[in-house]
Amino acid sequence: MSRRVRMGVLAAGLLATAALFVTAFLDMPHFGGAWHPYGDRAVQASVNRRTANTVSAVNFDQRGFDTLGEESILFASVLGTVVLLRQARDERTRAPRPGPVPAALRRYGLVALPATLLIGLYVIAHGQLSPGGGFQGGVVVATALHLLYIAVDYPALERIRPLGLYEVGDAVGEAAYVVLGVAGLLAGSAYLANVLPFGTFNTLSSGGTVPLLNAAVGLEVASAVVVLLARFLVQALEIEGGDGGKEQAA
Amino acid sequence: MSVFPYAVAGWIFLVGVYGLATSRNLVHAVGCLSVAQSATYVLLLAVGYRRGGTAPVFSDTPTTASVVDPVVQALALTDVVVGATVTALLLALVVQTAKRHGTTDPDELHELKG
Amino acid sequence: MDRFLPLVVAVPLLGAALLVGAGRRMPRIVAESVGCLCAACTAGLALVLLARGTAVSWVGGWEPYHGHSVGIVLVGDRVGLGLAALTSLLVTAVLVYSWHYFDEPPRGHAGAYPALVLLFQAGMCGFAVTGDLFDAFVFFELMGVVGYALTGYRVEEARPVQGALAFGFVNSLGGYASLLGVGLLYARTGELGMAQVGRQLDAAPRRDALVVAAFVLVLTGFLVKAAAVPFHFWLPDAHAVAPTPVCMLLSGVMVELGVYGAARVHFTVFAGPGGVPAEDVRRLFLVLGVATALVGAAMCWQQRHVKRLLAFSTVSHTGLFLVGLAAGTAESVSGVCLYVLGHAGAKAALFASTGVLLDRHGSVDECELHGRGRDMRGVGVLFAVGAFALAGLPPFGTALGKALAEEHSPWLPVVFVLVSAVTGGAVLRVTAHVFLGAGQAPRTTQPETRGDEEPETEEPAWRLPRPMIAVAGLLLAGALAVGAVPALAEEVGAAARAFTDHAGYAAVVLDGRRGAAPPGPAAWWTPTGAGLGLLSAALATGLAALAVRRALPTGRWSAPLRRLHSGHVGDYVVWTAAGIGLLSALVLWPVG
Repeated sequence: MSRRVRMGVLAAGLLATAALFVTAFLDMPHFGGAWHPYGDRAVQASVNRRTANTVSAVNFDQRGFDTLGEESILFASVLGTVVLLRQARDERTRAPRPGPVPAALRRYGLVALPATLLIGLYVIAHGQLSPGGGFQGGVVVATALHLLYIAVDYPALERIRPLGLYEVGDAVGEAAYVVLGVAGLLAGSAYLANVLPFGTFNTLSSGGTVPLLNAAVGLEVASAVVVLLARFLVQALEIEGGDGGKEQAA
Repeated sequence: MSVFPYAVAGWIFLVGVYGLATSRNLVHAVGCLSVAQSATYVLLLAVGYRRGGTAPVFSDTPTTASVVDPVVQALALTDVVVGATVTALLLALVVQTAKRHGTTDPDELHELKG
Repeated sequence: MDRFLPLVVAVPLLGAALLVGAGRRMPRIVAESVGCLCAACTAGLALVLLARGTAVSWVGGWEPYHGHSVGIVLVGDRVGLGLAALTSLLVTAVLVYSWHYFDEPPRGHAGAYPALVLLFQAGMCGFAVTGDLFDAFVFFELMGVVGYALTGYRVEEARPVQGALAFGFVNSLGGYASLLGVGLLYARTGELGMAQVGRQLDAAPRRDALVVAAFVLVLTGFLVKAAAVPFHFWLPDAHAVAPTPVCMLLSGVMVELGVYGAARVHFTVFAGPGGVPAEDVRRLFLVLGVATALVGAAMCWQQRHVKRLLAFSTVSHTGLFLVGLAAGTAESVSGVCLYVLGHAGAKAALFASTGVLLDRHGSVDECELHGRGRDMRGVGVLFAVGAFALAGLPPFGTALGKALAEEHSPWLPVVFVLVSAVTGGAVLRVTAHVFLGAGQAPRTTQPETRGDEEPETEEPAWRLPRPMIAVAGLLLAGALAVGAVPALAEEVGAAARAFTDHAGYAAVVLDGRRGAAPPGPAAWWTPTGAGLGLLSAALATGLAALAVRRALPTGRWSAPLRRLHSGHVGDYVVWTAAGIGLLSALVLWPVG
């Protein structure tokens, strides 16, 4: 399509969609209203199962199957990225060169790394109590490791990052979630049923399977983000060449 | 003004679609897709808001407190993860497009036609 | 047994995790066997559950209390479980077909390809059995993400990455539109389960703009997946470039799952008094379906890239599925179900045979391959049989399905016969050119996609690859069986009666009512249906013969249509936005 035709069709489509939105929004319930039947039931169910963070209760107990799908999407897209960003037949690798790092940045990184790592683990472990959980904490843990790349250099990151191990971690996290679901079946209940004792409200050992599922997700997310970033870093720093002959800007 | 938060969601979606349709750079287009997706976060959270409600976490509030809908927050969290992973995968494809086609301008990709 | 229903998702996921976790140390043969085994086990489980009737499983044990639950329900009714079984069987066939298919697996990741296929299976099975709107979105995205990765699998080449990007952008955008629709429904009803949302809408029927907008937005995502005009542009681009075994899955089941999603949401959520009026839905499906069928058929006829040709034929047959749904009766839906089953077998077999051509000759271009298939008669026969199955020759399942789906309107058979004849005829033309060396291959000067692909497989062996041919043959036999086994048609009839029963679905899910499906007339061949099937097969043969003799006018008339298929992501997004507008207009069309 010529640019003109494209803009014409786009304008028509956007105007029609906008009209659809406006008429629908005028029929919406009032913003901030008190009627949230599902939400009220979810809060009640969460408190009954002694999970203080109701969002975690929804994610890992009541609607745990969504989270299984969500975790699998992450797993699939990491695997997809590994496949798509593999070294092609016509490409070579070169050793990455270390770059100069300002001393202040280096000091900051080395202080921030252990603190970030600890915060990440804390966030994973307290998912049933306070905002956070496996997804959020896993990303923080993976970020902590990459502080080494920023504060020192790429080879330093590579030393603490045996990729094979993280790929296994990714798979173990995914498998653990699936198997914890099967445990519910084996206990005579439904798939992903919360069959463990619910523990004491507002303590680390509360929520039954919620902390275990959080840990599985935390392991998977931390490993997955490391593997994902590794594929992009390898593309940017190590791989060169390609049959188009168009070298990437170094 | 009770429609305003919903209208924001609709506006963000339309802006994202506009950017995606007129983009001259695939990296920018991936960003536009994320913008369009942000509309879903805004809509979900707006739907779940309760006036005067606090966060649905009872570690330091009594369980009798009025809270906003936790379900939409859980949905938004799932949605965020979906968005991030789709972005990663599309960016991987953009990296390969840049290598194989030598460009990231959608106007210059001529391999599939008719 | 019902509580084992989630395992149709969990088993492939576990298999994928195993393949990735142990992939570094796993020899290729073990990895591929594990993949086949997991897919086959899932197929077995789905078939066992299907034989027992409807399975309802509340994941996490959150059974409803007074019709309300906080959990997710999986509903394996006959149609849902049937699709899960079809998906799993096809995935097994594809994994057998692609035994040692790629010349080298990604280094250190021998299990990557079977793992991706298993994840694809999990996504499709989850989408087929879920009874929750948001959960459907999650599995929709899982299907999508794996689909993009598999489409771009051959990163050494320029086209696959471009096709995968178009697929990714348009599908993701469609998914987000669906999620906006789910958000609107949640605001109105405070529920996410399909049965619950449907009941809430019916409890206080308002039929206002919000319901219409939710309907349009939710359907947008599913119709993008189903490649309905004008959301179809991504499909030929993705199918032309994806590895051939992946095309078998994309065309055979994934696109059909889009149609299923649209139909499922329509019947469970919007078909009651609080939903969208039946005549509006009928208009929507009919107009969209006829447009899709005609555009697909016209584009299909113009292609020389065989995989792209097959892709457009999928677009056109999807259009016929939508036309069949338009009537909304149990009979027409049972026709669509049989049609989908037969089409999955026929289309997958055709892609499988194309894969053999690519393996032997390193091309899927009709002109380049002219006469070069003379030494592979067996594959030629498979091609011809597949073409007749597409054209709707009795007793293929496609023909029985079409016969049942088209009989509700006097002029619909014209569309069905025309479209079947053109798509079947295009494949017959390819068969004559490639395997018989008949006539001279035409050359055009229009913008087009040539079929000079890199081979996907290892160095071609001298002998024809037996497993590949056997799989293609079995798939065709399956397509034939669908139309020849009366018991299957009876079961499908019962499945369709339950599927179209709006209130019955809610009763099964929320009240645990498990009555036998309401009795209905047995759907079987009629003289008219069989006659129309024979007619379209004869027309297809005639068209192919005329094309081979170059007795047909050149395709200049189609130039504007072909230019629209520009390969430009921006254009595709523009059409998606316009499509949302079109859907709204069709639903809201003032009835004169």
